[in-house]
Amino acid sequence: MMMRLLRLCAGLLIATLAAGCAQTKTVDYSAFKQSRPRTIVVLPPLNESPDVKATYGMLSQVTYPLAEAGYYVVPVALMDETFRLNGLTTPGDIHQVSPQKLREIFGADAALYVTVSQYGTSYMVFSSATVVTAGAKLVDLKSGATLWTGSASASSEEGNVNAGGLIGMLISAAVHQIVSSVQDDAAYPVAGIAGQRLLSAGRNSGLLYGPRSPKYGTD
Amino acid sequence: MATALMPRRWLAAAGTIACVAALTGCSSHKTLYQWESYQSQVYEYFKGESPKEAQIEELERDLQKIKAANGAVPPGYHAQLGLLYSSLGRDDQMVQQFQTEKALFPESATYMDFLLKNAKKEGKQ
Repeated sequence: MMMRLLRLCAGLLIATLAAGCAQTKTVDYSAFKQSRPRTIVVLPPLNESPDVKATYGMLSQVTYPLAEAGYYVVPVALMDETFRLNGLTTPGDIHQVSPQKLREIFGADAALYVTVSQYGTSYMVFSSATVVTAGAKLVDLKSGATLWTGSASASSEEGNVNAGGLIGMLISAAVHQIVSSVQDDAAYPVAGIAGQRLLSAGRNSGLLYGPRSPKYGTD
Repeated sequence: MATALMPRRWLAAAGTIACVAALTGCSSHKTLYQWESYQSQVYEYFKGESPKEAQIEELERDLQKIKAANGAVPPGYHAQLGLLYSSLGRDDQMVQQFQTEKALFPESATYMDFLLKNAKKEGKQ
């Protein structure tokens, strides 16, 4: 039994080593590697969803994955306040600010332009799902070149396989209804997962590691 | 025969453990920073429902936790505290927080200097 386990594990290990910890990448990273950004300013996301909370729900969730990837992230609330003091209050206006200005004020090497396309809960007959979907573009603030683009999605119903038949479905739908109506912020934690999928380094087609990560330069 | 089997079993067990450890090493979950409530406090700030004093209290309390654990303070943490102190007119503490952010993250120098300069200007007027 133990020997069989060992053999299985050794096989898996060889397969993993052969594939490398990070999966194969198909994206062209040459501009990214040349740019070597250290500091990223994440502008307040554009919101295409009907939920007004999307912009700031998403913006509150981006610092973790980017900083853990090894970048300095311009403090998001402070940045928003700086724009406000200068009369810029909507993501649409802020996304129009010139790269030179962003570099001058925030000292950022690159800007991340995020668009949220889905944010919130949709109610169906037997269940409801809270879904967050976002896309992002990383732009070099010196050259204006696009360094990377990506998109990701997360749902509250992932892995929620319903095996309880019709009764189980009805109960589950009722429970979800209650949870969703109580939790006005149901999308916020889902945005956290979407944000990590979108902006963590070391993922297939994901961002490269930044200078503050011990894995910098390994990808 | 039985005695010869034992060590082999142990070896297999040890091998299995080492192998699993090597496999899970790929997805190591040790973080660079100790986050505590930073992101949820940023969200609180944006929502604007809870008083700024309460937000400061949470962040300062968590800062003690990070220090006690010898953890690394995340980027933006001290800047957020600076923003909160500034909104309450506690400018000395604001300056102190912005300077701490700058000391921990020299990448923030351009922005922190910009904010400190503006604060000074306002103070003089």
